[in-house]
Amino acid sequence: MKELLEFLSLSNANVRFVVLGVVLLGASTAVVGCFTFLRKKSLVGDAVAHSVLPGICLAFIFTQVKNPLVLLLGAFISGWLSILSIDIINKKSRLKADTAIAIVLSVFFGIGIMLLGYIQSTGNAAQAGVDRFLFGQAAALVGNDVLVLGIVCVILMLSVWLLFKEFKILSFDAEFAQSLGFPVRTIEFILSTLTVLAIAVGIQAVGVVMMAAMLITPAAAARYWTNKLSVMILLAAIFGSLSGLFGSYISYTAPKMPTGPWIIIAITFIAFISMSFAPERGFYAKWYRKKQKVKSTMDENLLKVFFHLGESQNDLNQSRTLTELQERRYFSENLMRASLKRLARKSLVQPNNSEWQLSEKGIVEAKRIAKLHRLWEMYMSTFLKIPPDHVHEGAESLEHFFTPQLEAMLEEELNFPQTDPHDKPIPYNKTAANEL
Amino acid sequence: MSYDFWIILTGALVASSCALLGCFLILRKMAMIGDAISHAVLPGIVIAFLVSGSRASVPMLIGAAVIGVITTFLIELVSKKAKMQNDAAIGLVFTFLFAVGIILLTVFADKMDLDADCVLHGEILFVPLDLFSTGTFIDFFPRKVLILCCVFWVVILALLFGYKGFVITTFDPFYAVSVGISAAIWHYVLMTLVSIVTVVSFESVGAILVVAFLVVPAATAYLMTDNLKYMLLISVGVGVLSSILGYVIATALDSSIPGAMTVALGGIFLIVFLAAPKYGVFGKRFFMKKKSDEKLKNANV
Repeated sequence: MKELLEFLSLSNANVRFVVLGVVLLGASTAVVGCFTFLRKKSLVGDAVAHSVLPGICLAFIFTQVKNPLVLLLGAFISGWLSILSIDIINKKSRLKADTAIAIVLSVFFGIGIMLLGYIQSTGNAAQAGVDRFLFGQAAALVGNDVLVLGIVCVILMLSVWLLFKEFKILSFDAEFAQSLGFPVRTIEFILSTLTVLAIAVGIQAVGVVMMAAMLITPAAAARYWTNKLSVMILLAAIFGSLSGLFGSYISYTAPKMPTGPWIIIAITFIAFISMSFAPERGFYAKWYRKKQKVKSTMDENLLKVFFHLGESQNDLNQSRTLTELQERRYFSENLMRASLKRLARKSLVQPNNSEWQLSEKGIVEAKRIAKLHRLWEMYMSTFLKIPPDHVHEGAESLEHFFTPQLEAMLEEELNFPQTDPHDKPIPYNKTAANEL
Repeated sequence: MSYDFWIILTGALVASSCALLGCFLILRKMAMIGDAISHAVLPGIVIAFLVSGSRASVPMLIGAAVIGVITTFLIELVSKKAKMQNDAAIGLVFTFLFAVGIILLTVFADKMDLDADCVLHGEILFVPLDLFSTGTFIDFFPRKVLILCCVFWVVILALLFGYKGFVITTFDPFYAVSVGISAAIWHYVLMTLVSIVTVVSFESVGAILVVAFLVVPAATAYLMTDNLKYMLLISVGVGVLSSILGYVIATALDSSIPGAMTVALGGIFLIVFLAAPKYGVFGKRFFMKKKSDEKLKNANV
């Protein structure tokens, strides 16, 4: 606890640099990552992250110093070349996009490893630390690194803010953007440049492989919570910086721990929570909705059974035993009891000794469902010309998905028919009192 | 046999096994799954190491096969059940598994003779030095070479016996299902083979460069022929050629051998990409011209 407070108070200058650097980095790569994610180019980010290695090595071989700006420039150039190569292989040959990405990623990385081997064999004293680009070491960030990082992050954020509309239209509908006269190629160029820049600057903090996750995962996680791009970007930035904070905290308490992997663990955890529990798009929410639908379908089917029994005996108010209901349409007893309990809670049915009876409200609802079933059968035989003996199945599943608007439209379209294709009367609620 | 020979043989065996499987990977548009598996086997390797306490091959292979299947399964789970787009699902799963692997490596660093460097570079240089000590003629062969040989034959046998299944599920999965061949089973068989080859190769060429051996020879061959059997043969040829070339480059520059082998692969790919008769950038132009010349000639006659 004391450690956490010490960490959060940022009293230690080193900690301040590291935390600031990683949080800035997490936020800005996440922002750029949102666009690569939406353009389905997440793995291009992975390829670029691997491909900056030869650039870094070459920059070091030529200058023999570990100036962050020079290395950044080298990384930037080879990152850009890799995007270009993927594009060329993709367009000029019959190889698929994913193969192109894998080729560029591995060959560039191989060149990088070869150059790295060369640097190590020359035994230059300053070389120690070039290989930290592979796994990243946020703890080694110093003032200069953070300054460069900060400047790049500001550039990234500003460009996204200024060109928000352009990036948005490019991500969702590039062809439409072209038809509106947007300079699509230029916007694409700027966006790719920003992506490469974000990756190049982040490599030394989190490493080659982890960089891909910084780009992809926050955006993927944020996507579950919202359908609005601006909210998604904001969320992704928050997720990115939170996990950056977590990663640097772990590195702070256990200095031997690499920062990058812990950032990835944190961000993957956030993504997992998002995909499980986000409302609407989350896994649990979907499962819950499906379960509710199964329940309501069961309830509606049971009401229909009450109606059918009542219709054949001309008495909708009659109480029914479970066996009586089961004889009409079989459901297991457990399912029926649970369903009756739910219906009773909505006061659609009421218990009568050990029997069950439709309430006034229940009669109206039961009629409505039977009516939908028959109307839909009518629709299928009139408009879709499906023979009457084939319409039941479709109606059986569709009757549970009607909204009141659709219901009204269907009635109007068919002009309130009196009977269904099987010559059964359609039970409208308005005339209910007269008929029964 | 000389030191150089063993290293080149190691490279060639890795390249051939990878190339054969890579052909099916790229035809199935699964090149990036190969990338994902090659990263994701790391935790499997570490856990197998911790459980067995050694770098013995059998636990490693089991660990690899299991983690390979888990990786594919996780990717499918995330993209199908949680409805995440496929590329992001791949990226999310393999980076996570790789991160877990690196953390395990760091935590148990003192318990194992395996470090992050080995993951990246492999230790192809030490292959000829690592011999069996059984006192029989087997001692003559480096341990890794024997293991790689076995795995190479496993791949060959799998392809020989499963050729039909692999081919049908690759080119027409719907037809395969309609004649009762399970696309899912062959998918998982392929993934298991890829993971096993990845794990065996990773110690010699490094985890990430395995991707190069999986994808580049196959892609090169794909640009040279339309016949799958030729494609398999050419990809093996490209793989072997590049390991020889790579070794020469590496000794000349005193640099990383797997790195140089990848560079050789890249070079061969570039040449084919530009000059392949039918599908190369310039070759295509030439081919088209010849064809249209012929047409013109025929028209004149």
